[in-house]
Amino acid sequence: MSSKTTALRLRVESALAARVASPFQYRDRRIVETVSAGVLPVDLLTGGLPRGSLTEIYGPPSSGRTSLLISALASRTAASEVCALVDARDAFDPHFAEAAGVKLKQLLWVRCRNVDQALRATDLLIQGGGFGLIALDLSDTSPHVVRHVPLQVWFRFRRAVEYTPTVLVVLEQESNAKTCASLVLGLRTQKTRWSQTSERMGEIISPHSQGFLLEGWKSRAEILRSRAKQEDRRWIELDETSMGASGIGADFETQTIGMYSRIFTGKLSSEGGPRQR
Amino acid sequence: MAFASVFVPNFMVQAVVRAEPALRESALALVEGKPPLCSVTAVNEKAAQMGIEIGMAKTNAARFAGLEIRPRSLSQEEIAHAVLLDIGWSVSPRMEDTAQDAIALDITGLSYLFGSEEDIGAHLLQCSSTCSLRPNVAIASNVDTALIAARGFAGITVIPSGQESKYLGELSVSVLSPSAETAETLSRWGVHTCAAFAGLPVLQLSERLGQEGVRLHVLARGASSRSLVIADLGHSFEEEMDLDDAVEELDPLSFLLGRLLDQLCARLAARSLAAAAVRVRFELQPAFENAFDIRKETFRSKNPSGLYEREIQLPIPARDSKMLLKLLRLRLQSNPPGAPIHKILLAADSARPRATQGGLFLPSFPDPEKLELTIARIANVVGEGNVGSPSLVDTHRPGEFQMRRFLTPLAAVETNCNQGGAHSGKQRADSKVATSFRAFRPPVPAKLELHAGRPTRVIFQGLRGEVLAAAGPWRTSGDWWREDPWQQDEWDLEIHFHSFSGHSDVSAKFHPECGLYRFYYDSLRGGWFVRGIYD
Repeated sequence: MSSKTTALRLRVESALAARVASPFQYRDRRIVETVSAGVLPVDLLTGGLPRGSLTEIYGPPSSGRTSLLISALASRTAASEVCALVDARDAFDPHFAEAAGVKLKQLLWVRCRNVDQALRATDLLIQGGGFGLIALDLSDTSPHVVRHVPLQVWFRFRRAVEYTPTVLVVLEQESNAKTCASLVLGLRTQKTRWSQTSERMGEIISPHSQGFLLEGWKSRAEILRSRAKQEDRRWIELDETSMGASGIGADFETQTIGMYSRIFTGKLSSEGGPRQR
Repeated sequence: MAFASVFVPNFMVQAVVRAEPALRESALALVEGKPPLCSVTAVNEKAAQMGIEIGMAKTNAARFAGLEIRPRSLSQEEIAHAVLLDIGWSVSPRMEDTAQDAIALDITGLSYLFGSEEDIGAHLLQCSSTCSLRPNVAIASNVDTALIAARGFAGITVIPSGQESKYLGELSVSVLSPSAETAETLSRWGVHTCAAFAGLPVLQLSERLGQEGVRLHVLARGASSRSLVIADLGHSFEEEMDLDDAVEELDPLSFLLGRLLDQLCARLAARSLAAAAVRVRFELQPAFENAFDIRKETFRSKNPSGLYEREIQLPIPARDSKMLLKLLRLRLQSNPPGAPIHKILLAADSARPRATQGGLFLPSFPDPEKLELTIARIANVVGEGNVGSPSLVDTHRPGEFQMRRFLTPLAAVETNCNQGGAHSGKQRADSKVATSFRAFRPPVPAKLELHAGRPTRVIFQGLRGEVLAAAGPWRTSGDWWREDPWQQDEWDLEIHFHSFSGHSDVSAKFHPECGLYRFYYDSLRGGWFVRGIYD
């Protein structure tokens, strides 16, 4: 039987040799298009955020989830795409977002009061279509509430967003979408960076010294699941102040916009310069 | 020169039937006058066949089985007249508003657009049919002949140039609209048709009937040569409906709104326009103050004005009646009128429809019409005002912003693409990432322990933590000239949480190990608050 199959296979292969090199070799024809997350190390690690798929970013508070999302939103709005943010706990800060480069006019912000509203709004937005990125922010919702979201909701989101050019990003404290997510990225805080630290100054100084400022923190991003990119690199260190680094775990010292917010706030005044507090 | 005339026979009846299409197949009589002196003013063909006559008392007409009796509606007649004008303007801007039931158009040179004169007549009839009217159309080489032919002949009539008197000859002299005295005189003379009238000598006719006789003679011969009195182009699009029984439920109301929107959109389409905004006004039945609604088990508040008005501004002009109905339904669901409705008025602000050219390299963005529906649906879920585009306010007050209506920034998108904006997403990856912040709305009250003026321990939301590092204070204040000034000392704190304070907050079970928070001391309120967390 096997010899007959082999003979038949050889005949078909020889007949089609001029047209198809290997007709019986399976090829996954679906090419996943990815877009930049706005952070080069994350792009290098993950290959970018996949379109038409669900991406989960999870981690504890102050781990950089929102910074990563805002960076992705800035990247998408800079590419003239229209984005939507479904905010389950009304925690989005437009001042920081605009400072990070998000074009607020291209952002549809849905302020919800609970998870139920957030899920319904996300569903409607996916069905509406046309968005470059839809973010569902469940970061401030307690994990046990998100854990009780039925699995079919995630399946529904995955199916709804499939074959669309939309990047669906979900922010949580724990990963919940299981196999529905094409990319699961876990974030952890490594180290908080303050100005005038002992390491930097080479001497022990009081942490409450004058001029002590929050510079940012270093986070570690780890891929828990990725259908788009299968490589050995599974983790990367992200520096909140310098996520634009071009290597794994590289540190680059730049000033945070968070520090700027200490000095300048609000939009530019009519005179054209920032107002000083 | 060629002129077309559109005449709506039995205009009063057609105006009522247009608002209530179910009456089209019934015997219908319109009555007018103050009770008990109501009399029949108009009847349709079926009612006439039943023996209903104009001038008959309403009480007598009511004895006929199967006869529908409606009051004459002046408002519906006004709307039907506006529809008739729209039909005319759909073909030519050179139009005369001859009478409430008739218009005349200059159609010279329109064969390039519509084809032959028969095609123009067919187009006018089709437009009228879409707008629920059934007129007669006549085309002739002069205005008056076209008008008389439209009154006299049903359907489409095209009178070739030079054969006017032949065509008009078979019509009754009544189509020339003579005065009662002249009509009686002609009747005594035995002149009943236009041909007979046109055969009379003009000089003798002038001696006996005066200038009116001469004018009618010219009309009967089809030799009139007057020019059109051009009507001003109207921009008012309104539809109205009086309800015999007040409507309270949304489903029957949607049915009625759908019908009105269909008519409104048909009128807009006839003029090649679209609606930039749709206004709805309901006249409500007077309700008692604090009347109890049995179904909803709530007290219904009295609407003092007896009016319910809403306006829907569309992001782009649209004339899709189904989409507009969905938007109206969603708006009514979120803000229902407080009492039964007995009159509906719909109006549209007209605008030129959107004409855009798609591009291969344009990024995808939501279809504006679909987006408007999506936003309306979301607003139904999260509440109006909670969905939109954030915009910053020119103030230093922390956390101030305002929500604006979200519009697809098509212009911005196109501009960016022309400038190579599609590639700017790649450029963003090289830029630095800003620390982001999550706000607590409203700010969470907190308790802080201070040592030498510096925070050392914090308690909030049932969490107790040690301050590992603190940066601050930054004192800010403002708006001292207003009723709500602010004065705050802000701190950035890195907190390590080590125990649960016993508070019953569920979220405390999932407290983080550490976090970076922004606290502030409100000098005016005299307390500590958590503004948010860096994330």
